[in-house]
Amino acid sequence: MEEDDVNLSELDDKELVEQMHDDLYDGLAEEITEGTQILLDRGWEPYKVLTEALVEGMRIVGVDFRDGILFVPEVLLSAGSMKAGMAILKPLLAATGAPKAGKMVIGTVKGDIHDIGKNLVIMMMEGAGFEVIDIGINNPVENYLEALEEHKPDIIGMSALLTTTMPYMKVVVDAMIEKGIRNDYIVMVGGAPLNEEFADSVGADAYGRDAAMTVELAKEKIAERAAA
Amino acid sequence: MSDKSPSTLLIACGALASEASAILKQEGLDHVKLTCLPAKLHNTPQFIPDLLRAKIREHKDEFSEILVLYGDCGTAGGIDTVVEEEGARRIEGAHCYEFYSGAKQFSEMFDEQPGTFYLTDFLVRHFERLVWQGLGLDRHPELLPMYFGNYTRVLYMGQMPTPELMDMAKEAAKRLELGFDYLDTGLVGLEKFLSVTHK
Repeated sequence: MEEDDVNLSELDDKELVEQMHDDLYDGLAEEITEGTQILLDRGWEPYKVLTEALVEGMRIVGVDFRDGILFVPEVLLSAGSMKAGMAILKPLLAATGAPKAGKMVIGTVKGDIHDIGKNLVIMMMEGAGFEVIDIGINNPVENYLEALEEHKPDIIGMSALLTTTMPYMKVVVDAMIEKGIRNDYIVMVGGAPLNEEFADSVGADAYGRDAAMTVELAKEKIAERAAA
Repeated sequence: MSDKSPSTLLIACGALASEASAILKQEGLDHVKLTCLPAKLHNTPQFIPDLLRAKIREHKDEFSEILVLYGDCGTAGGIDTVVEEEGARRIEGAHCYEFYSGAKQFSEMFDEQPGTFYLTDFLVRHFERLVWQGLGLDRHPELLPMYFGNYTRVLYMGQMPTPELMDMAKEAAKRLELGFDYLDTGLVGLEKFLSVTHK
């Protein structure tokens, strides 16, 4: 250990969680693994570690990304660190029956092979207790429809990075309308070039500006459905 | 060279400066003055529309016509909104790869191989700074699969290629661990756009 390194095990819970937020911000995967294990050893529930240390840390990263303080490489390193923590927590969460927030099918649309944003959304959605079925990249409408039929999710998520591929989202929504299943699902869209106006124009229910906001909107939309 | 002041302003992405300047040396285009926005905006296109608007407003009164040499560049219509509101005119195409290769050919290539990473002369020349360092791969080469894991090839679209640029493009493909193809586009797309300026 370097002289100025923090000894995580010497920190109290509050300090450790704050340190983990900093370590997530700095993309320090080894430190996140260590911090996650320390909290578990201290008797924290896996779900509490996930939400208070990891998800909250990534939320801060998301805010600074949105504000132009952090850029894609830093966010990817942070995500890699969160993944390291999640690798420890995932089996424990499954065993301890963490709360289930809902189910989502998500994929990048036809013609588009970019999945960084989609993968961040998946990580944050899983962190928030959603079950996520990832159908990958370059998905024609048939893939979405098959996945809806097979998995019966609450939400269908579509992602695109290119202005040339994002109009395909409307093809999927129109196919859902044609099959009479549009209103059976919450349709969420996201991707760097999208905006609210575009989401409205393709007939989506919500536009996730970033991964953290997507989680909040997903929770909101599911609550609205339950109340209806 | 005409002794009159230029009547047309061409606002270009810095990544197209050499090519635009080469065309403007041709006969009959000395009424067009070139100015550029920084090429590094390639990696942060969300900042382009506001900077473009400021540039147009700065020069609006001096020129009878303002041309914009930008694609949509991932701004989801942001550049077009500025162009329309400020009374300028933009070259057609979603990005420079499209106006270099022509819309039809680009669309066919894109449909055939969506996992293509495009390089132009400019991007080959500045690959290290704009792509490698711009994506943080100099500091974190472990991010390479996250960025390029779904890509299959580099397509170098040459505008004014040289053997040196060709070697650099091949080297870039190698560093990205992708296949390599070449397409000679020349400058026809840009020439067509600039040939209809008003004197």
